Amino acid sequence: MLDLNNVSYDTMIPNNVGLSQDRRVLKALEKWHPGYINWWNDLIPQNFQESLVYLRTAVSVDPKGWAKFDYVKMPEYRWGILLAPAVEDRRIPCGEHAGQPAWQEVPGEYRAMLRRLIVIQGDTEPASVEQQRFLGKTAPSLYDMRNLFQVNVEEGRHLWAMVYLLQKYFGRDGREEADGLLQRSSGSEEAPRMLGAFNEETPDWLSFFMFTYFTDRDGKMQLESLAQSGFDPLSRTCRFMLTEEAHHMFVGETGVGRTIQRTCEAMNEAGITDPYEIDKVRALGVIDLPTIQKKLNLHYTLSLDLFGGEVSTNAANAFNAGIKGRYMENRIEDDHKLTGATYPVSEVAGDVIRVADAPALTAINMRLRDDYTRDAAGGVGRWNKIISKAGIDFELKLPHEGFHRQIGVFAGVPVTPEGRVISAEEWEAKRAEWLPTRADGDFIQSLMVPTFETGKYAGWIAPPKVGIDNKPGDFEYVKLHMA
Amino acid sequence: MTKRIDFQTDPSKYRHWRVEYDGPVAHLYMDVDEKGGLFDGYELKLNSYDLGVDIELSDVVQRMRFEHPEVGAVVMRSGKDKVFCAGANIRMLGGAAHAHKVNFCKFTNETRNTYEAAGAESGQSYICAVRGACAGGGYELALACDHIILTDDGSSSVALPEVPLLAVLPGTGGLTRVTDKRKMRRDLADVFCAMEEGVRGQRAKEWRLVDEVVKNSQFDQTVAERAAEFAARNNRPANAEGIALPPLERSFAEDGSVSYSLVEVSMDRDAGVATVTIKGPDTPPPANTGELHAQGAQGWALRAARELDDAILHLRLNETEAGVIVLRTQGDPAAVAAHEAFLLAHRDFWLANEILLYWKRLLKRIDVTSRTLTAMVEHGSCFAGMLAELIFAADRSYMMEDEFEGDNRPTATVTLTEGNFGPYPMGNELTRLQTRFLGTPEAVEAARERIGEPLEASDASDLGLVTFAFDDIDWEDEIRIFLEERASFSPDALTGMEANLRFAGPETMETRIFGRLTAWQNWIFQRPNAVGEDGALQRYGTGQRGAFDMRRV
Ligand SMILES: [Fe+2]
Ligand SMILES: [Fe+2]
Repeated sequence: MLDLNNVSYDTMIPNNVGLSQDRRVLKALEKWHPGYINWWNDLIPQNFQESLVYLRTAVSVDPKGWAKFDYVKMPEYRWGILLAPAVEDRRIPCGEHAGQPAWQEVPGEYRAMLRRLIVIQGDTEPASVEQQRFLGKTAPSLYDMRNLFQVNVEEGRHLWAMVYLLQKYFGRDGREEADGLLQRSSGSEEAPRMLGAFNEETPDWLSFFMFTYFTDRDGKMQLESLAQSGFDPLSRTCRFMLTEEAHHMFVGETGVGRTIQRTCEAMNEAGITDPYEIDKVRALGVIDLPTIQKKLNLHYTLSLDLFGGEVSTNAANAFNAGIKGRYMENRIEDDHKLTGATYPVSEVAGDVIRVADAPALTAINMRLRDDYTRDAAGGVGRWNKIISKAGIDFELKLPHEGFHRQIGVFAGVPVTPEGRVISAEEWEAKRAEWLPTRADGDFIQSLMVPTFETGKYAGWIAPPKVGIDNKPGDFEYVKLHMA
Repeated sequence: MTKRIDFQTDPSKYRHWRVEYDGPVAHLYMDVDEKGGLFDGYELKLNSYDLGVDIELSDVVQRMRFEHPEVGAVVMRSGKDKVFCAGANIRMLGGAAHAHKVNFCKFTNETRNTYEAAGAESGQSYICAVRGACAGGGYELALACDHIILTDDGSSSVALPEVPLLAVLPGTGGLTRVTDKRKMRRDLADVFCAMEEGVRGQRAKEWRLVDEVVKNSQFDQTVAERAAEFAARNNRPANAEGIALPPLERSFAEDGSVSYSLVEVSMDRDAGVATVTIKGPDTPPPANTGELHAQGAQGWALRAARELDDAILHLRLNETEAGVIVLRTQGDPAAVAAHEAFLLAHRDFWLANEILLYWKRLLKRIDVTSRTLTAMVEHGSCFAGMLAELIFAADRSYMMEDEFEGDNRPTATVTLTEGNFGPYPMGNELTRLQTRFLGTPEAVEAARERIGEPLEASDASDLGLVTFAFDDIDWEDEIRIFLEERASFSPDALTGMEANLRFAGPETMETRIFGRLTAWQNWIFQRPNAVGEDGALQRYGTGQRGAFDMRRV
């Protein structure tokens, strides 16, 4: 009997899926492993590879104590394959097969659809590591550097998780897709990553925090809906990934929060009350609040695009097949089939934005995106508390769903952050007020000077309230290898 | 029919295609306007197409031949970022009446065949540069090109997902071309046509689905190189100057009749008969190729072809209840023969050649028109050469014999020319006379010996060129009875019967597309598994799968 709660280390690949008894998959994974290590080694700058990083490693899938912390060199990180414990007698939660026993093997009729979803999810995991590869060099503290690397190794593990599913359940095609995940690369002209947002660079730390807050949260929502999959191995994989994903969003939320905190402190110290005195604020070496709003506008809207079209055949097919559920499907009280149901979806008619009922099945993306927006609003509220506590009159806002969109009904429609349709010329004229300009980027970049002394923090960001693993802020989170 | 579908367009009206001319290379971008659908109720997302998109493509292809003889290579690619073309629009297909679907498929097939032939016929080759998803009808666009280049960017792929996704066939030549043209192994073709996601990268080359797979960074350069190579095969002089194809002069009457300058369509909607009359030339042929070029689209042979082509397409799409098309001509048969002889004598001049090739395509279009085609060889008619082909394209023909009272037009004759023995082959690659006399090839030879002779009814009958010859006493009654009888038959049975009898002889890729693939597709288009309320086409996009009756038929 396998102990599926604890992770076995008897193979090169830690796992709780009994890999040592599954020669075929073990062989396939061991064949894939060198390519992965090469990918990692080529990616992360050498001196960081050699450094000892205080990282958590998953050692169990027991929610009460699944990880242990220790110093690790990143290339020696034990990327494992971990599935959340099986739920006894789990049923397919939605769609035309709702109520039937969950699939333990891939149903032939949905093989292509499942594989496509897993490949798309898998493609995003290494992509973000690629996007963030140079950030270590400008880390505002060892604490932040450690968080970056923690996110990176876990995204690496998420890649492993998807690769395992491909290798185990999808035969030769799955093996090819697994190889493809290492062949594509973010921003590459040769073979770019599949989704647009994952081909953009993450040029600075504020972008990193915004990315982990907004874009990792899209990842969270996708994982949430895949965790509802009737294909049980996918569900279990994603449920465990979600425990790690929470930390990524924590890094994002606290990162943006600490940036805001520092800005407000500096403004108060200098006696500046008007947040729009941008030059004066910037002269203090902190990032002004209007620019933070612009960064928020950018990352939020790019993330909305990741949900795909509001009305989508693919999403409808996946839900109806029971391959992908809604957020918290098991807590929703309806028939879980949605064949006659409707869901409100925005549409644009001339310069009027209105809401119309669409068949709920085809509006699955829209619903997930609405859940996302609610989820994302929480942190924004907490950021605003920091600002109001500091006595500054400024409020960060999530822009309207139609603002700056490339995908769906609002694609290319000139909509203001408040949700008004205006002329394209007017929109372009206002662009610099709403979205970061090159000059904004250059300014932020100018603040990105490395701070590698234990316990020290760059001037534009406040120290964390509490450290990682109950360690203090001046703990040596990374023992840097200085070549 | 609420809206007349117009096959006439020009570049100033295009909504879906863009052409950039660069000397011997033309760049053809498919950039479908989502909101530019021919009908309401669907959006042309992901470069999907409907008949309106294809009408523009057909116009591009036709103009390329006549207006741009300098072009030796046409590079077809997508004007959109992530997608090459997602194929025919599914919602359009789901909502369209059966007859519209069938006519749509037929027309798209004809357009594919036209540009597919352009390389071999005119040295105007089509190269497909595929970046992004190229699925279903999108891949069928590529299949009709002379050369397919696929980028190896890790995600671009070619696919024929109709069977697994929609429960229909890749019916615009897809199934036929993968095996007959690209000579893909049939078992691999089975795998390919049963997968939704298609094939990308090197495997697409190994499976013969594309000619080249190139690195994304070398894609543009490779495409440019290949375009230059193909362009060099253009067999027309580089300084050849095109002729303009101005809008056709035509007017539509209340009763459905249409008047062109040389073609007259008179409609009898109650009887279900459309009578198409083509006027012969009233001027002698051009003195030389310079004059032919100067006449351009006004010259008789090209003008008549353009007008007849438009009339046939109009009848197909807009007059579906006209079950019988009566083909008539009026004019001087010697003049028709002289015009054709001029073109045949100057085939090495690109324009003369293009006009003959156009007649070849036009006659093929008539061959696959699913109406009862009847040629009426009346007094005063000019059935010579290419117009005589109409008799052999028809399901049957009637010829006036001897004098008719009160009719002082010249006696009805049929004049055979060299044109009836080669330049206008059918889809089966035989001439219409060879197909007609499949069991008696000596009859073709006998006919050939009479080239140039105006053959009156008794001779034409003896040679087997016409079905019936009737004199003044019988003519009117026989025609009336025939038309009434025809009108009483099931149009479906007639379509099936005629299509079968027309294409005797060998199968070619073309006959397989129009005969086999299309027929199966049209059967599937009638079946509840595809088009029933719970069929796959109807349910597509709702998230629910088609419910199938699993009994094999
Ligand atoms: Fe992840
Ligand atoms: Fe993440």
